[in-house]
Amino acid sequence: MMQFTDWDILRNLLLAARWTILLSLFAFIGGGLVGLILTFLRSAKYASLNVFFKVYVEIFQGVPLLMQLFLTFFGLSLLGIDVDAWTAAILSLTLFSSAYLHEIWRSCIEALPKGQWEACRTLGLTYAQTMRHVIIPQAIKMAIAPTVGFSVQIVKGTALASIIGFVELTKAGTMLNNATFEPFKVFGLVALLYFIICFPLSVLARYLENKNHATR
Amino acid sequence: MDYQVNFSGLVPYFSTFLSGIGMTIQITVISTILGLLVGTYCAAGRISQQRWLSSICAVYIEMTRNTPFIVQLFFIFFGLPALGLKLSAWEAGIIALVFNLGAYSAEIIRAGILAAPKGQWEAGRTLGLTYRQIFIHIILPPAYQRVYPALVSQCIIVMLGSSVVSQISLEELTFAANFVQSRTFLSFESYIVTAVIYLFLAILMRQAFTLLSKVMFKAPAL
Amino acid sequence: MPLVSIDKVHKYYGENHVLKGVDLKVEAGEVISIIGRSGSGKSTLLRCINGLESFQEGAIYVGNQAVEDDELKLRLLSRSVGMVFQSFNLFPHKTAAENVMLAPQLVLKKDAEECKALAKKLLEKVGLGDKLDAYPANLSGGQQQRVAIARSLAMSPKVLLCDEITSALDPELVGEVLHVLEQLKEEGMTLILVTHEMNFARDVGDRVVFMHQGKVWETGASDEVFANPQTPELQSFLSVVR
Ligand SMILES: Nc1ncnc2c1ncn2[C@@H]1O[C@H](COP(=O)(O)OP(=O)(O)OP(=O)(O)O)[C@@H](O)[C@H]1O
Ligand SMILES: [Mg+2]
Repeated sequence: MMQFTDWDILRNLLLAARWTILLSLFAFIGGGLVGLILTFLRSAKYASLNVFFKVYVEIFQGVPLLMQLFLTFFGLSLLGIDVDAWTAAILSLTLFSSAYLHEIWRSCIEALPKGQWEACRTLGLTYAQTMRHVIIPQAIKMAIAPTVGFSVQIVKGTALASIIGFVELTKAGTMLNNATFEPFKVFGLVALLYFIICFPLSVLARYLENKNHATR
Repeated sequence: MDYQVNFSGLVPYFSTFLSGIGMTIQITVISTILGLLVGTYCAAGRISQQRWLSSICAVYIEMTRNTPFIVQLFFIFFGLPALGLKLSAWEAGIIALVFNLGAYSAEIIRAGILAAPKGQWEAGRTLGLTYRQIFIHIILPPAYQRVYPALVSQCIIVMLGSSVVSQISLEELTFAANFVQSRTFLSFESYIVTAVIYLFLAILMRQAFTLLSKVMFKAPAL
Repeated sequence: MPLVSIDKVHKYYGENHVLKGVDLKVEAGEVISIIGRSGSGKSTLLRCINGLESFQEGAIYVGNQAVEDDELKLRLLSRSVGMVFQSFNLFPHKTAAENVMLAPQLVLKKDAEECKALAKKLLEKVGLGDKLDAYPANLSGGQQQRVAIARSLAMSPKVLLCDEITSALDPELVGEVLHVLEQLKEEGMTLILVTHEMNFARDVGDRVVFMHQGKVWETGASDEVFANPQTPELQSFLSVVR
C-alpha cells in the first residue's frame, strides 16, 4: 500500500480545491446570469409570470440541494441525456444559485421607494430606461453585500457535488481518508481549506454591508 | 426516449419513506431546539464585555459558517472517534446540525439584540435589574420577535440540510430515498417523491412556526 | 377648449369608491388649488390626470389627448403633464443637474450638451445655479423640492401637477418653493396644486376646488370662495384649517 506523507495529503487536497473553486465560479456566474434574467422579467409587469417565479424560488429553496443534485443527475439521464457529474453539478448549482440570487436582488429592488418608479413614469421613461438609469444603480449598492455573502453558500454547496462523484475538495478528502485512515487530519485540513476560501468572502461581505450602512 | 415513469413501483416502500420522514422530523425538532439554545447563549457570549468569551464565540461562529456542513459532519463522525470519542450516526448527525444552527442563529439573534434601543437597557438598570435579568426579561423576547422570520428560514435550512446526514447512514428521508432507488432502480421517481415530501415539510414547518409566533408574541412587533 | 378636462370620473380601490363622478375643466394658464379633508380623494384625482392611477368610469383629456390605461399613450402623455411629489422622489445617485437632464436625454433624445445647458438654465431659474453638482442628500428639503420642479420643467409640460409639495418641508423652507410656483404662474404655466397653504391658494390661485367625499363639492374664484363659502362642509373645513 502506498504511503501518504502529510505533504502528499495537502498537495492532493490543494489540487482538488481547484475544482471546488472552478465549480463555484461556474455556478456563481451561471446562477447570476439566470438570476438576472429572472429579476428583469419579474419586475416587469407580467403579473401572470410572477406565480411562476414564486414557485421557482419556493422549489429551489424548499428542496434540499442534495435532492436537486440527485434529480439533475438521474433525471437528465432519464430524458436520454447522459450527464457526467461535472455537468450535473454545474447545472443544479446554477439553478440553485439563480433562485437565491434572484430573491436577493428582487428584494433589493423592492426595497427602493415606490416614488422612484412613479417619478420615472411621470417623466416618461420606459421600463428599460427606468431600470437601467434609476433602479439598478441604486439596487446594486444594496445588493452587493448579500450577493458576496451568498457566494460563500455556493462554495459550501459545491461540497455536495462530492456525493454524486465529482472529485472536488470534499471528495478528495473522503478518498484520502479511505487511503490513510487519518480522518481527523484529513477532514481537518479539508475544513481548513474551505475556511481559507470562504472566510475572506465573509469578511468582504461584512465590510461592504457596514460600509453601506454607514453611507445611508 | 421510451422510458415509462413508474411511480407505482414505489408503493411497496411506503413504510420505508414513512420511517424516513419520521427520522427527519425527529432530528429536525431536536436540533432546532438545541441549536436555538446554543445560538442564544452564543449570541449572549458574543455581546459580552468579557473579551475572551466573545472571541471564543466569534471563532466558533466563523469556523462553522465558513466550512461546508458535510465536512463538519465527516469531521465529527469520522474524525472525533480517532481521538477516542466514539459517536453513533444519530449522535454525530445531531451534534453537527446543532453546531450548525447554533452558529447561524447566534448571528441572527445577535442582530436582534443589537437592534434593541439603548433606552431598554437604561430603563432596566434604572429599575434595579441585573444585567442578566435585563437581558433575559427585557432584551431577549423582542429580539426574538424582531428576527423571527430569519430564524424560521434558518431552521428550515437546517431541516433541508439534514438530508446530508444520509451520508453517514442515518436512516432519515434521503437515506430512505437512496435505499428505495437502489432496490427498485426507480431513481428519478424516488427522488422526485422525496423532493416533494421535503417541499411539503418545509411549507409545513413554516406554517407551524407562524402558528407558534401567534402564541409566543402577543405584543405587536416594534 | 380647456387644457385639462375631467368628465364624470369614477375611481374605485377595490370596494372603496374614492372618486364619485368628478367634473373639472382647467383652462391653459390657470392656477387651480385643490383643497379638502384628508382622504377626500385629492391625490387620487391628481394621479388619475397623469395616469399613475387608472380610473373605471368617465374620461380625462389633456389637450386632445385622452388619458388611457396604455403604456405607450401614457408615456406620450408624460410630455404634456409634469408632476412634483410631496416626497421629492429625486434620484439619490444623480446630481441635481443629472436629475434634470435624465428625462430630456432619454425620452426626448436631446444631446448631452443641450441637456446640460437646459439643466443649468432651469436650476438657475429655481435659484439653484450654484448647486448643479450637488447630490440630493446634500441639499435641504426646499432645495430638493426646487430641483424636483426643475426636473419636471425640463420636459416642458403644458400643465404641472403638485401634490402637497410643501408638506414635507420645514416651515422656513416653504416660502422658497412657493416663490418658484408664483414665478411659474407669471410665465403662464398651468398649475394644479393640492395644497394646505390656504394663504397661497387665496393669493396666487385663480380658482379653488374644494373636494369632499370624492366629489368636487364647491368651486369658484379664490377670493370669493374664501371670503364667502357656500356649503356648510367648506365653511367647517375652513374654520378648522384657518
Ligand atoms: N393605493 C391605494 N389603495 C387603496 N386605497 C387607497 C390607495 N390610495 C388611496 N386610497 C384611499 O383613497 C381615498 C382617497 O385617498 P387620497 O390619497 O386621494 O386622499 P387625499 O385627499 O389626498 O388625502 P390626504 O390629504 O391625506 O393626502 C382614501 O380613503 C384612501 O384610503
Ligand atoms: Mg394626498
